[in-house]
Amino acid sequence: MARRSGSAFTGAGTVFLKEFADHLGGARMLVLEWLVLLTGIGAVYTAIQNLKQTTGQDPFLFLRLFTQAQDPLPSFVSVLAFLIPLMAIGLGFDSVNGEFNRRTLSRLLAQPIYRDALLLGKFLAGLATIAVSLITLWLVVIGLGLITLGVPPNGEEVARGAAFLVVAIFYGGVWLAVAMMCSVFFRSAATSALVALGLWLLVSVLWPLIVQFIATAIYPPGAAQILFGQPSLHQIELQQALSRISPSTLFAESLLGILHPTTRALGPIFMSQLEGAVMGTPLSLSQSLLLVWPQVIGLVAGTIILFVIAYVAFQRQEVRA
Amino acid sequence: MSDNVITARGLRKLYGKVAAVDGIDLDVHRGEIFGLLGPNGAGKTTTILMLLGLTEVSGGSIDVGGFDPMREPLEVKRRIGYLPDSVGFYDNLTARENLRYTARLAGFARADIERRVATALERVGLGAVIDKRVGTFSRGMRQRLGLAEVQMKGAEVAILDEPTSGLDPEATFELLEMIRAMKADGTAVLISSHLLDRVQAVCDRVALFNEGHIVLEGTVSELAHRVLGGGYIYDLEAEGGAIEKIISTVSGAREVTAQGGPRFRILAERDLRADLAKAVVSAGARLLRLTALEPSLDTVYRHYFEGRHGTA
Repeated sequence: MARRSGSAFTGAGTVFLKEFADHLGGARMLVLEWLVLLTGIGAVYTAIQNLKQTTGQDPFLFLRLFTQAQDPLPSFVSVLAFLIPLMAIGLGFDSVNGEFNRRTLSRLLAQPIYRDALLLGKFLAGLATIAVSLITLWLVVIGLGLITLGVPPNGEEVARGAAFLVVAIFYGGVWLAVAMMCSVFFRSAATSALVALGLWLLVSVLWPLIVQFIATAIYPPGAAQILFGQPSLHQIELQQALSRISPSTLFAESLLGILHPTTRALGPIFMSQLEGAVMGTPLSLSQSLLLVWPQVIGLVAGTIILFVIAYVAFQRQEVRA
Repeated sequence: MSDNVITARGLRKLYGKVAAVDGIDLDVHRGEIFGLLGPNGAGKTTTILMLLGLTEVSGGSIDVGGFDPMREPLEVKRRIGYLPDSVGFYDNLTARENLRYTARLAGFARADIERRVATALERVGLGAVIDKRVGTFSRGMRQRLGLAEVQMKGAEVAILDEPTSGLDPEATFELLEMIRAMKADGTAVLISSHLLDRVQAVCDRVALFNEGHIVLEGTVSELAHRVLGGGYIYDLEAEGGAIEKIISTVSGAREVTAQGGPRFRILAERDLRADLAKAVVSAGARLLRLTALEPSLDTVYRHYFEGRHGTA
C-alpha cells in the first residue's frame, strides 16, 4: 500500500482546543480540581505547622513543604501520587468511547483529518489540563509557604520544585494514556473507568506485594539470609526491577531523588561504595537529576508505549455501531 | 467516465468469512440523486463507509472525484459530505459551536467559517435556534443540523445514511425538499434508506441492495418496467357483479389481486384505463373509482423477490 498523503496532525490543534475548553469548563473537572486543591492544601498546611518549629535546621526548608508528613494527613507528594492518577483517569476514561456513544465519532472522522489527530489532540488536551491544575496547585503551595514560613526559597529549591512539577505531569501522562487506552478498548464508559481504576489499584497497591512474593519464590532465602534476617542481593535486585514496572514506583523514586537532596542511590548500596562519602551532605541538583533520569525516562517511555497501543487499536476499530 | 463523481468496481467487504458487500459496481453521476435502497443489513452502510475510506476495502476499486479513499482519504473526505445514520452532536454546545468545530476540522479559513456556518443553518431553517444548545433539539432538528453540516462543507457529493429514519411525515417531507434543493445546487446526493417508498420520489436513479449484492439498478420506472413487465398499476373500485372475472377478461391485464371489499389492484402491460372502465360498465357493474398508481419501489422489490423465490 502506498504511503498515505497529508499530515497526520491536520486538525489535532482544533481537537486540542475543543477538548481543552471542554475539560476546563466541565463539571467533572471542577470536582477533581477542588478535590486536589483541598487535599493538597490540607497536607501542606499541616506540614507548615510542623515546619515552623524546625525552621533554620534544614537547608532545604522549602522542599520539606512537599514531603513533610504529619499524622493523620500524608505528605503533599503522597496525596499527589494518589490523586494524579485519579484525575488523569477521570479525564480520559471516556474520551474515545464517549464520542462513539454520542454518535459523533463517524461525523468527526468524515472530516478531512486522520484518526491520529483525534487521539493526539485529546491526549494533549488532557495533559494540558493536568498541567494547568498542577501548576496552579504548585504556585498555591509555594505562596502558602512564603507567607507562613517567611523564608524565601533559594534558587536550587525552586529548580528542584520545578523538576518535581515536570515529573508529576509526566506521571499524569502515564495514567491518562492508560485511561485513553481503556476508552478505546471498551465501548462502555463505565467498564472503561472500572478497568482503568482497577489497573491503578493493581499497580500501586497490590503490585508491591506481588513483587515481594515473586522475588522470594524465585530466590528463596538461604541459611545465611535467615540468620541475618536480610534478603539476598539477588532477591532485592529482582524485587526492585519488577516493582519499577509500576509507574507509582517510578514516580516515588524520582521524587525521592529530587526532593530529598541527600539521596545518593535508589537501589542497594555496599559499604565499599560509601567509602569517603560524607554522609548526610546533599548532592548537587545535576547529580540528583542524573540519579532519577532513568525513572523519568521510564515514565515518558511508558506514556508513549501505552499511547501507541491505544493508537493501533483505534486505527483498527470499526466506526459503525 | 468524466461525469461520474463516484465509481466503484467489484467492491467487496468481508467480515471474517462473511461477505457484507459482495462485488458491487456503482456509478453516481455528477449532480444526480442516487438511492441506495434495501432492507437493514443488506450492505448499504458498509458500502458508504468504504466510499468514505472509514473502513478497509477487502477487494475492488473505488474512485471518488479522481481519488482512492484508501490511498488519499483526506482528499476524498474533502469532497464528500457525510450524514451518518442516527447522527449525534455535542449536547452541551450550541448549533453554531457544533458546526464551527467541524468547519475547523474541515480546514476552512477562519474568516470564512462564521459565514459558512450561519448560511448553512439559515438554509435548513435553524436560523432561529442557532445559539441554542443542541441538547434541546428534537430529532428532526438534529437531522437538519446534520444536513446543514453537509451543506456547509460545499462538497461535490453528499452521502446521507438513512436520513429519514425516525422522522414524522412532515419532517420527512421537509428533509426531502432540502435534499432536492441540494441537487439544484449541483451537488450529487447518495441516499441510503430501507424505506423505499419514502425516498423514491426524490431519487433520479436507485440501486436495490440485497445480501451484499445490487440486484437492480436504474430509474424507478425502468425498474418497474423490468420487474413488473408492464409497469402500469391501477386501483379499481367497483360493485355489482363478479368484478374480478370481468377485469380478467380485459386483454392486457396481467394480474388482478383482490384487496378486500370492492377494491382490486390491476397490473397491466399498457395503459388500460379506457378498456377497464368500458369492461366494468358494459358488464352492468357500478364503477366507483379508477386510479393509475405510480409504480412503487416497494411493489417492485416485493415482486422481484417473489419471482426469484418462485423460480428457485
